[in-house]
Amino acid sequence: MSGRILVGVKRCIDYAVKVRVRADKMGVETANVKMSMNPFDEIGVEEALRLREKGKAKEVVALSIGPKQCQETLRTALAMGVDRAIHVESPDTIEPLNVAKVFKRVIEQEKPDLVIIGKQAIDDDANQTGQMIAGMLGWPQSTHTSKVEMDGTTLKVTREIDGGTQDITLGTPAVITTDLRLNEPRYATLPNIMKAKKKPMDTKTLADFGVDAAARMEIVQVEEPPQRQAGIVVADVAQLVAELKGKGVL
Amino acid sequence: SSSSSSSSSSSSSSALSSSSPWSASSQYGQLCADDVNFFRETLGNDAVLTEPDDLVSFNQDWMQKYRGHSPLVLLPRNTAEVSAILRHCHTRRLPLVPQGGNTGLVGGSVPRGTEIVLSLRRLRRILSFDPASGAVSCEAGVVLQTLDEYLAEQGHRVPLDLAAKGSCQIGGNVSTNAGGIRYLRYGSLHGSVLGLEVVLSDGTILGGSGATALRKDNTGYHLKNLFIGAEGTLGVVTGVTLLTPSRLKSTNVAYLACQDYESVVNTFRNAAARAGLGEILSAFEFQDSYALKVVLDNLPNSRSPLQDQYPFYALIETSGSNEDHDRQKLEAFLDQVMSSQLVLDGVLAQSETQANQIWSLREGVAESMQRSGYVYKYDLSLPLARMYQLVQDTRKRIGELGYVVGYGHLGDSNLHLNVSTKEASNEVLGLLEPFLYQQTREYGGSVSAEHGIGQAKLDYLSYSKSAAEIATMRKLKALFDPHNILNPNKVFSME
Repeated sequence: MSGRILVGVKRCIDYAVKVRVRADKMGVETANVKMSMNPFDEIGVEEALRLREKGKAKEVVALSIGPKQCQETLRTALAMGVDRAIHVESPDTIEPLNVAKVFKRVIEQEKPDLVIIGKQAIDDDANQTGQMIAGMLGWPQSTHTSKVEMDGTTLKVTREIDGGTQDITLGTPAVITTDLRLNEPRYATLPNIMKAKKKPMDTKTLADFGVDAAARMEIVQVEEPPQRQAGIVVADVAQLVAELKGKGVL
Repeated sequence: SSSSSSSSSSSSSSALSSSSPWSASSQYGQLCADDVNFFRETLGNDAVLTEPDDLVSFNQDWMQKYRGHSPLVLLPRNTAEVSAILRHCHTRRLPLVPQGGNTGLVGGSVPRGTEIVLSLRRLRRILSFDPASGAVSCEAGVVLQTLDEYLAEQGHRVPLDLAAKGSCQIGGNVSTNAGGIRYLRYGSLHGSVLGLEVVLSDGTILGGSGATALRKDNTGYHLKNLFIGAEGTLGVVTGVTLLTPSRLKSTNVAYLACQDYESVVNTFRNAAARAGLGEILSAFEFQDSYALKVVLDNLPNSRSPLQDQYPFYALIETSGSNEDHDRQKLEAFLDQVMSSQLVLDGVLAQSETQANQIWSLREGVAESMQRSGYVYKYDLSLPLARMYQLVQDTRKRIGELGYVVGYGHLGDSNLHLNVSTKEASNEVLGLLEPFLYQQTREYGGSVSAEHGIGQAKLDYLSYSKSAAEIATMRKLKALFDPHNILNPNKVFSME
């Protein structure tokens, strides 16, 4: 056991921002738009820090794959309390398969006991990367995790599933993807923000890992969902009944 | 028709709702069926409310402290209709209360007796926006948040911000010269308002539709400034042209903990200095531990961002156009206040969601106090160094009888001192007034920094204004409203 936890963090459009479709309908507007850490990844960072604080791990390392600005996201992770950061530079849009391949190579180098990432990113909602990583490595995985208990090399987790929850036991090393109810992430405190400046951040390129960024999907068009139609105010019950009948509901 | 009140659970019933004998004064006409018919014919049936159930929310203020008995609410759709209403009321000598979002905190927006309620809520069109100057023209009933969202699309923002923004209307903001959390950065509405459209007590319309959008205009007296802050007693605001600043890209919010009030003040002084945050500082608010506790106890899903508890908290916001520059400046400032021990701990928001959560700890105080009991609210301007002493003195005076919180716009030397009790108590009232106002007068402060006089502080106007000033105000009132039909018995009592 290395005592190391690897957390993945993705830089996405901030959750509070109202997303707009670009004029060319090939994507969403990202210019001049506030970006932040994917909220599910924040939950992952928090869980890793708690495990370290409970003595279940010795070191938490954050990994982000993307353009130079990802270093800001990594700095947030460091400011929350992560020990070390790795930035792998890549073009802005990189698909989950290629992300998983980079993770695999980094995992082979860092040898973590546990890999924690968000169940999905709030920009593409792909919900694929964690599963692919586990598949590539032949590791056990717990997705949509809402509770984690670690005892030596055994993990007891609770997963959110349709119809309720599921408790399973896994051996380590393993991949965990986080769900909303796992924890409430801490804020970055001033003392930790100051400390973060001295923490190491390694920068690498895709080429260092022999991974290419070739897209295997082509975006044809991006559209906003249809606008909600205005309702009408009816004068009385008789009109209500007539309208409902007219719509075939009654 | 739907209620215009913002969310608030009912506190215990007020022992202080007023029903003045003067509303039956002989100087006024008696509202009769002919008047109601005139309004129905002029405005349409759906703009005239007379059913008791429909009138409740218009007659009661947000704090449920002041209850009027208006039998009639009018909902005109445009300035011409407002003018027709006023012309009629002027002839018939019928008193009325102009009402916007009804979120005022001094009972200025509800009737004291049976005055007609003139609601501006249907004047809600945004008329135009000039991208070159940032001037926006709109009608008085536009909700502040709606206006801000519209401006966001244009890359601009409203120059004021307050917790009531989801319900308050720009006409009411102008009539009360509303302040809020961005006052520190953008100043008062006296500076931001370029023009007003106002209907006078006899129905005369001042200002064109869409009002003037000139940046500079020194031709004669600046009449618009008379109406800003007049609380609807000199004229009814129906249209506003507002100068709006650019919406700046880079915003940061920090929440800091201090050991004592002096440290908070020194932190502010450092922040405001050029060498500190200087031009990027956009808000500096404070709250004591009592004010934070009431929020954590009453607002669902709220939590302190810090591990430990401290006596004082400061909320600092910066906004600028360059993220890297602002981040560097802010981190240098935070480093300095931490290493000098002015600040013991703090957090910096890493996302919009975190920034909003931090703001809710400060903006949620008023609502949390409402949920916890009957609230006595004081809004005072005081010398910065002396501000918190008053809170401590009040806490000592009140003892077990109530829960005292101190918070507010520290950057503007504006204290909000609130006391909550299980129910209205004359004993508690007697301990607070005139004590607080006397203390304020002694320090040359203002008995109402931003909330206005309304009906709540009628008796205390003289604590902050001289007899000569009040006499001059009365002369202006008599000039603009000879029949005293515009929001009577607000700001000053009738002679």
